[in-house]
Amino acid sequence: MQKKSYRQAVNEALRQEMRRDPRVVLIGEDVAGGHGGSGEIDAYGGVLGVTKGLIGEFGADRVIDTPITESGFIGMAAGAAATGLRPVVELMFVDFLGVCFDQIFNQAAKFRYMFGGHARTPLVVRAMAGAGLRAAAQHSQMLDSIFTHIPGLKVVMPSNAYDAKGLLIQAIRDDDPVIFLEHKTLYDTETDVPDDAYTIPFGEANIVCDGDDATIVAFSAMVPRCKAVADKLAGEGISVEVIDPRTTSPLDEASILESVERTGRLIVVNEDNPRCSMASDIAALVAEKGFYSLRAPVKSVTAPHTPVPFSPALEDLYVPSIARIEAAVRAALSDPARIAAQ
Amino acid sequence: MQFTRDQLLDAYCRMARIRAFEDRVNIEFSNGNVPGFVHLYAGQEASGVGICLGLGDDDWIGSTHRGHGHCIAKGCDVKGMMVEIFGKEGGLCRGKGGSMHIADLSKGMLGANAIVGGNPPLVIGAALTAKTLKTGKLAVSFTGDGGANQGTMFEAMNLAVVLKLPAIFVLENNGYGEGTGVSYHCGAKDLASRAAAFGMPASTVDGTDFFSVAEAMREAAERARGGGGPTAIETTCPRYYGHFVGDPQLYRSKSEIKAARENDPIGKFRAKVVAAALLGAAQLDSIDREVAEEVEDAVAAASGAKWPSPAELERDVYVQY
Repeated sequence: MQKKSYRQAVNEALRQEMRRDPRVVLIGEDVAGGHGGSGEIDAYGGVLGVTKGLIGEFGADRVIDTPITESGFIGMAAGAAATGLRPVVELMFVDFLGVCFDQIFNQAAKFRYMFGGHARTPLVVRAMAGAGLRAAAQHSQMLDSIFTHIPGLKVVMPSNAYDAKGLLIQAIRDDDPVIFLEHKTLYDTETDVPDDAYTIPFGEANIVCDGDDATIVAFSAMVPRCKAVADKLAGEGISVEVIDPRTTSPLDEASILESVERTGRLIVVNEDNPRCSMASDIAALVAEKGFYSLRAPVKSVTAPHTPVPFSPALEDLYVPSIARIEAAVRAALSDPARIAAQ
Repeated sequence: MQFTRDQLLDAYCRMARIRAFEDRVNIEFSNGNVPGFVHLYAGQEASGVGICLGLGDDDWIGSTHRGHGHCIAKGCDVKGMMVEIFGKEGGLCRGKGGSMHIADLSKGMLGANAIVGGNPPLVIGAALTAKTLKTGKLAVSFTGDGGANQGTMFEAMNLAVVLKLPAIFVLENNGYGEGTGVSYHCGAKDLASRAAAFGMPASTVDGTDFFSVAEAMREAAERARGGGGPTAIETTCPRYYGHFVGDPQLYRSKSEIKAARENDPIGKFRAKVVAAALLGAAQLDSIDREVAEEVEDAVAAASGAKWPSPAELERDVYVQY
């Protein structure tokens, strides 16, 4: 056990699973890099270095660089998964889902159902998601809600290095198609990560910190921000429970409902655009199944209904900030409507 | 290319079975027994069977929305298919797929695909599996002239060349992408030349002549299994029915359809093998009766089968959730 970055944790998960199972292959653009050039192979190891070193150990038959041809290679990975391999394919930026979505949502996601249970599609699609690097509108989205919506897909969003390794190993061993979203700004964050392989089950939330006054449900890069808010409010004697569901499909509904039953106040924090998002999904869940637990309306803190702007000044307004999250929690705790209704 | 008597009988049997099946589905659909949409392969039998005859159960094919012919050519169970097309319990896909998603992975049939151009990337995935696990198997992607314009087709072709995959792209040119003729919708002189531009050997053969198709396939299969990478084979083979059952085919002249029916691939095969005394007319007649009976039994089974139970609705979305 030692401190490792999220990037190292993902690399380790891939390496250990590739050692364990010869059917696990990596596919993607520049997952190594350097083919066809006059310089080195493994020149990139992934555009942010996540898959560095893997081609050195496993060779080009198992770390497969592709041309820029997402429909082609995402579909190739889906077909390979249905016929005996266990591919981990990288969609470099989740924003590129537009050029290959059919292969994910109409093909991979639906084989098992359409073919009467006779297909098994152990595919993992890893993608970088999220804003904060000033990469602008077409390289900065979350889009988790779009995948979550599709029956047949599982969706995973680790918020820290420890979870990233365990969830990725789980994803590789899972026999269903998994979308694995890695937030770009989390790659350098560190936690203690065991050296051995381990798994974290899907559909099991992590209770980041306990509390009785309010429940925050947060995802991915929002989790550490919510933890920071909880820590600050603890200093004022306010105890906030922060729940990281880790997977949006399947979703740990029970943990969320149990928490809101105790606290009566829910704040959902999600970097995605607000319409049809995980924020609205969880608010609806609680309105439907936990209505009588609520002592205040649900608060959601999300990105606005806009594309991601380029300018740092604007991008910093787009992404839910610690200040906005804190304001939402305080508002939930002192909702005037409740007081007026009494 | 030499064939044994058994292979020739097998070829005739598969083609006759496809024809009997499709002609009957046309009737059953018109009688209101088949839900949804069906797209019939009659007229194109020599293409599907010429390609699939030499394949094993662990070679893969991927098909289009016009998938019954490929399914039968690959050896799938006719009864299971009919039950599936009727949407009943006990169908090949438990009633969950239907005509446009009919599949049997145990026979290497990776499915009909309702998305035009949907299968080429999937099929090169099957080819990648074969290459990676060194199974010596190959994967065939069937696409029509319509689907041959989809980006997925081009992407899969390039990727198959770049990764040197044991894949074969069969471009079944039946002259029409839905209701639009190929002379309008394809800018190049043919489909094969576009495949060749991606760096693979490509040829165009008469898709109504079983022997021409089989010869082109023999060469492509040898290349694929030997590690030589992909091949494209364009087969020209008119379809007899409309794009879907119910399509009045106003975009085709009656004389064109008549000419296609007079150039029947099954009739031509029969004439050739009987004239060469390879098979006897009586043998072939006997096969005609057998497949007619098979199809009759299949319809009886499909008509008598129950609808899937309500529990089936939520089954098999995931292996485990």
